[in-house]
Amino acid sequence: MTTALGVAVEPHLRAVRDAGRKILVTYVTGGLQPHWIDALSAMVDAGADLVEIGIPFSDPVMDGVTIQEASSRALAHGANPASILDAIAPLEVPVPLVAMTYYNLVSRAGHRRFSAMLSEAGVRGAILPDLPLEESGPWESAAAASGVETALLASPVTPDDRLGELCRRARGFVYGVNLMGVTGERASLSATTRVLAKRLKSTTDKPVVMGFGISGPEQAVEAAAEADGVVVASALMRLFLDGQGPGALAAAVARIRQALDRG
Amino acid sequence: MSEQVSMGDPGPTGRFGDFGGMYVPESLVPACIELEKEFRQAWADPAFRRRLDNLLRDYAGRPTPLTEARRLSDELGVRVLLKREDLTHTGSHKINNVLGQGLLTLEMGKTRMVAETGAGQHGVATATAAALFGLECVVYMGEVDTRRQELNVFRMELLGAEVRPVRSGSRTLKDAVNEALRDWVATVETTHYCLGSVMGPHPFPWMVRELQSVVGGEAREQCRALLDGADPDLVVACVGGGSNAAGTFAGFVDTGARLVGVEAAGGSAMGHGVPGVLHGMRSYLLQDEWGQILEAESISAGLDYPGIGPEHSYLADVGRARYEIASDEEVLAALQLLSRREGIIPALEPAHALAWLVRAVRSGEVPLGSTVLMTLSGRGDKDAETVMRALA
Repeated sequence: MTTALGVAVEPHLRAVRDAGRKILVTYVTGGLQPHWIDALSAMVDAGADLVEIGIPFSDPVMDGVTIQEASSRALAHGANPASILDAIAPLEVPVPLVAMTYYNLVSRAGHRRFSAMLSEAGVRGAILPDLPLEESGPWESAAAASGVETALLASPVTPDDRLGELCRRARGFVYGVNLMGVTGERASLSATTRVLAKRLKSTTDKPVVMGFGISGPEQAVEAAAEADGVVVASALMRLFLDGQGPGALAAAVARIRQALDRG
Repeated sequence: MSEQVSMGDPGPTGRFGDFGGMYVPESLVPACIELEKEFRQAWADPAFRRRLDNLLRDYAGRPTPLTEARRLSDELGVRVLLKREDLTHTGSHKINNVLGQGLLTLEMGKTRMVAETGAGQHGVATATAAALFGLECVVYMGEVDTRRQELNVFRMELLGAEVRPVRSGSRTLKDAVNEALRDWVATVETTHYCLGSVMGPHPFPWMVRELQSVVGGEAREQCRALLDGADPDLVVACVGGGSNAAGTFAGFVDTGARLVGVEAAGGSAMGHGVPGVLHGMRSYLLQDEWGQILEAESISAGLDYPGIGPEHSYLADVGRARYEIASDEEVLAALQLLSRREGIIPALEPAHALAWLVRAVRSGEVPLGSTVLMTLSGRGDKDAETVMRALA
């Protein structure tokens, strides 16, 4: 294999930023519904700049009730890393795809095998929320060798020196966690968002996106103010869980896209 | 060779060989690092140790006795010495850990503790420590376990704790840990996660083993006093996460005693698991081919856990300890045996240790005439209903 499949993460996000747009990252739980791939494509058509593919884990400790429910339903439908990546492989989308999962799935498959599975499916990035800097060395090497960029999560309580190290080692982008807590829709944006976004932007030139708790267009605009973009996940999966189809997800993404573009 | 194996300080990376570590979300990393620093300081501080020792003596009732089980010994043909953790305040070894972590919570200036519980013993112990130290307390308990252990739920509430039933996943201990971790991520600035076993991210496996090592330390001295300076041939304890076993083994790891941990047949991470990462640690885990965690199943809520403490994985891999299993039926028989021969109703968890011993003596695996130290980690009151139904 000489030509890498898929779209590389960091160059694409830099291009979006350089064009003066805010980055919109969306999310879908792989295997949640039979038409989850259609939902993915519809979100891209509606203006997502990157899509996270959730590869469900039985014990998602960083996730709130929405992604927990999405994960357990997808697992009940028989989803596994191979079935999800097989479904993605034929897809041609003009934006990067990033796998979001927990480390035990990587550990079980083996670092090299898992990173190869991702890159062979055209998934060029990974987010592993339970793999902190202290433990991520072996995975980072294997991922880099397969052309998989591993984004790292920064927290409001990450001290300054650690934030520097984290930004240096992050690949693709840095994911700022808006709040102290798990994923899931919130009524309002946490006050910690703006502070962390500013700290990250003064630490790194890599793309910085803020996520956790962003439920709609206004919060997205607010969270993106000091950063390069935002992640919207649970709010979209709530629609999916409530029985809405790809069209409704696309409409929700389009509304956020428009709000971000208006600024 | 097993001679150089020790149960020491795993250092700042929290590694026991290939096991352990600190696999937590970034939001919890500073808290784990702070906790390791605080514990390291406190554990080296004679004033802290004195406060803890005084509480263990005056509040928890330590040292606990070593009881020679004469009628049981006669029946089995081996000499059985029981380390009586069932006689502590709150009725199990869990009190040793929570008094230490409660004091640490005060030292860190935190005002709230969260805990997970399976059988309810650790939840009751945490609620007890919280009441003693004036801390707010929330205990997460799988919904299945709240039904199996209704009385313990009531005890926790009586002690002023809030019990939150967990309805995700298998609704047992594993899910209670998930929910406690989710709480901790959101509240870490005011809250200490009072983890109940030698599991989780560093420094918990090490810290909880150190806090439980009082069990093995006392037992070793008591055995030597009774056995004219000799050590037992065999040391056996039950293992869910493995805290009473770790505390017991710590007292004997540098002796010639064989160390055996006994898991529930339906929750044997060591027998049926492969190494993986869950709840902040790398250890043996029950999981499928993709790494999804499997549900453990046992009559004893306290052993319904798909993993095992990382130091146990290490002790198994280097051959210093062996891990065996006992089935629900054997456990019920063992519980009745100890009740009738010694007048001691054990909890279902330590009945696993006895169940294996009975089988191992009968099969000849444990030679007749051996001296056996067994940790009786808790009393059976909490299980009376479960046992009554099982025997009906």
